Amino acid sequence: MNVSVIVDFLIGFLILAGALLCLIAAFGVIRLPDVYTRNHAASKAATLGVMFILLGTFIYFYAFEGHFNSRLILGIVFLFMTSPISGHLINRAAYNSGVKLWDKSVRDDLKKYNSNLMDKSSAD
Amino acid sequence: MMKINNIILETSIKVLLFIIVLYSVYIFTAGHYYPGGGFIGGLMTAGALVLLLITYDIKTVAKILPFNYRILTAIGLLFAIGTSAGSILFNVPFLTHAFTHVDVPILGELSLHTATLFDLGVYFVVVGVTMTIIQTIGEDE
Repeated sequence: MNVSVIVDFLIGFLILAGALLCLIAAFGVIRLPDVYTRNHAASKAATLGVMFILLGTFIYFYAFEGHFNSRLILGIVFLFMTSPISGHLINRAAYNSGVKLWDKSVRDDLKKYNSNLMDKSSAD
Repeated sequence: MMKINNIILETSIKVLLFIIVLYSVYIFTAGHYYPGGGFIGGLMTAGALVLLLITYDIKTVAKILPFNYRILTAIGLLFAIGTSAGSILFNVPFLTHAFTHVDVPILGELSLHTATLFDLGVYFVVVGVTMTIIQTIGEDE
């Protein structure tokens, strides 16, 4: 088993695992009950999936074409930074516009915090 | 209504803005040999500025970058007209471009082309027009 075969398997594994993670994210978005859990599935699994696919593409072009494509590395870094932030912003916009949590949710610390803040501001 | 504290977005934008602007400059300069050029480079720079506008308000961005984007558009058009009309001085048809290879001490051999200046005009016009449209809509109350 020489290096080229190992690289082949690594590229195949990365691309397929990335595609599988994206598929799992899509299933999560369909199957999960409310905005917050859906966003949890979409922003985590899809980020890692797309990063795997980009890494596989990068290794492919580096190993077979000898082309160091720094834009793919930049894309991985950029995606890793932006995707969780967009998930956070969507979730926060949903919470602030009053989207209800799932019926079986047991904890809502932000609600307690917000009502404490309201009491304090009304007492002033 | 209390002011919503947006610290995660504000902190991340400070890093992401440089990546986007760097990439847009790369797209602009690579336009002669690879996909890219003045139009999408300008659009990407305008996208970075729009990201800044989303994060902060319009007055803060005007303080950080005190440009009048209408004047930027005019400068871009002057660049385009100037590089096109400059060819008339050398007794060749309008829009004839020239290029040469220059040895720069650190950077090595560069092929300088006047079409880059034309592209710089396109870049300025695209940034100026996009930002003018978005700021005009954003200021409207």
